[in-house]
Parts: sequence; C-alpha cells; structure tokens
Amino acid sequence: MNDELTIRSGIHDVMPTVFGYITVGMAYGIVAKTGHLSLLMIGLMSLIVYAGSVQFVLVSMLAAGSPVGAMVISTALINARMSLMSMTVAPYLKDESMTQNVLIGTLLTDESFALSMNKLNYTDHHLNAPWFHTVNVGAYLVWFVASLLGAVIGGMIPNPDNFGLDFAVVAMFIGLLYLQMITDRSKPFLRHLSVAGVVAAAMVVLVRYLPGTTAIIVATVIGCLFGMGVEHHAKS
Amino acid sequence: MQNPDTLIAILSCGLATWLLRVVPIVLVKRMTIPAWLLHFLNFVPVAILSAIFVENLLVIHVGHWPSVNWPNLFASLPAIGIAIITKSLFAVVVAGVASMAVLRLLGWA
Repeated sequence: MNDELTIRSGIHDVMPTVFGYITVGMAYGIVAKTGHLSLLMIGLMSLIVYAGSVQFVLVSMLAAGSPVGAMVISTALINARMSLMSMTVAPYLKDESMTQNVLIGTLLTDESFALSMNKLNYTDHHLNAPWFHTVNVGAYLVWFVASLLGAVIGGMIPNPDNFGLDFAVVAMFIGLLYLQMITDRSKPFLRHLSVAGVVAAAMVVLVRYLPGTTAIIVATVIGCLFGMGVEHHAKS
Repeated sequence: MQNPDTLIAILSCGLATWLLRVVPIVLVKRMTIPAWLLHFLNFVPVAILSAIFVENLLVIHVGHWPSVNWPNLFASLPAIGIAIITKSLFAVVVAGVASMAVLRLLGWA
C-alpha cells in the first residue's frame, strides 16, 4: 500500500482480497444452486443484495418459504454493522459530492471498508472517489462472477474446503486487522491491542445471549467506548 | 418458490441493505460531526475487525458459553506470524489457506 489515491493503486490494493471474494462467492453460488435458485436469481441476488453472509441466509429462507418481512429483518440485523462502517468512512469523503458519497456507500463492504481504513494511514487521512470506486467495483464484479461460476461449475469441482480455501476470508480479516493496528499511528500499538482484547472478551460473553452478527455490533461499541475511556484517561 | 416471489424478496432485502449502507454516509455528509463521535468512530476499524475475527474463532451455542473453533484457531496462528513478519495482506491470505489445507490433510480439521 502507498500514498497514491488512483485507479492504479486501487487495483493494486484490492488484489489481496480477491481470493476471499472468489471463494465465498463461489461457495454462495454452489449453495444457491443446491437450493434450487435459478441462475438469473443467483446473479441478481449478488448484484442487488451484495452481502456475503446475508445471501447464504436468504437462500435457506427462500428454500424454507419464509415470509419476505422475516427475510428483510434478518438482512437488516446481519448487515446493521454496515451502518457503523458507512458512518466511519463518511468524514474522510467530505470533499466529494453527495452523489459520489452515495455511490461509494452503495458498494461498501467489510473488506473495502477495512482497506480504506488501512489506506488513509498512508495518505495523511485522505480518501477519494477514484480510488474507492476502483476497490468497490473490483470487489463487486469479482463477487458477481464468482457466484455465477459457483452456480455453473460448482458441482463439477472437488470441495474447495479440502484445500483450505474457506479460510481465505478469515485470514484476510487477520491481515487487515494487524495492518490496521500497526499503520494507524494515531494510537499506540498497545492501545489497539487492548481494544481488541476487550472486544474479544465481550464477544465471548455476548454470543451466549445474542446472534453472532448482533454480538459483533455490541462488542464493537463496547470496544470503542473502552478505547475512548482509556484515551481520555491517558490525556488527563 | 417461484421466480417473481424470489425477485420481490431480493429487491426488498437489497433495499434494506442499501439503506443501511447509504443513510449514515448521507447523514454525516449533511451535518457537522461532533468531536466525541469522531473520536468514537476512530476506534471502529480495529474494534469491528477484532469482533469479526473472534466470531470466527468461536463455535456459538445459544444460551451457553461458546466453544473454541480449534481448526480456525490453529490456522490463525501461522497467519498472524506471517502478518507480523511480512506485513503483506497477500502473504497472510496464502499462509492462512496453506495452514488450513495442511490441517485438513492431516485430518485435524
């Protein structure tokens, strides 16, 4: 990663995450095909809903004939964390027009969010539309193609899990988390680590009572409040 | 389920996701963000990535303590090591996938 905010650097920066999009996208295609969704619907869901875990849930809910309202509520709960990310990205895009902001928000993902947060540590806390669109659209197209590929050839290839490919996404989050901790120099590494520790402890307790995706949001808020408290204490 | 019903479900869920992604960015653009909120948001990246990572290390049993997802935990260790050594996202992904492949090959996962 460097300080350039261009289409070229966007392509370079999104490359390492492509693995994750391909494996999860294909897995979704395979699962959706098994769930008897047509190729058209499989593709449309990737283009219109465009949210990894939500799409798996929707496939099973569609197969079970769940009411649309229940599907919308599940989608909103699983994806509520996107709001937190969208809000976090926004201050860095103040100079871009409203249209650009809406377009960037439309294709924001966990991964493009994390990449942008890494990126601004190299760019003196600036982000722009060309770089962000490149990362977003790159991920979007790879996701779409991978899901169709999974649906078409899924049954013909051996189980990708055997090659450990399902772990690509987790590994990607590990990399993005560590890089964020060392490149965000506005806080000492140990403070990042302590926030991560508090979030981890919160997760272990919260998943007793909440679904995983809701626990993620609550644990994030607890971690942020803890971070603010520690920083306040350090300053005073 | 027939295609029209499926399409309605996809469109409704797509709209829900889109609103979640776009409304906060529009609101923040329209208003001046208070300092405390900016301060709070500063911690979101590390906190949310930690939460997503930890969720992958746990096997959730609703109403009970979670157990450890040992394969994911074991495959994470080399990935973390490679992250510290190389600081390269690409290397981390390759190391993680290779570790998991080895675990499966050995029948440990």
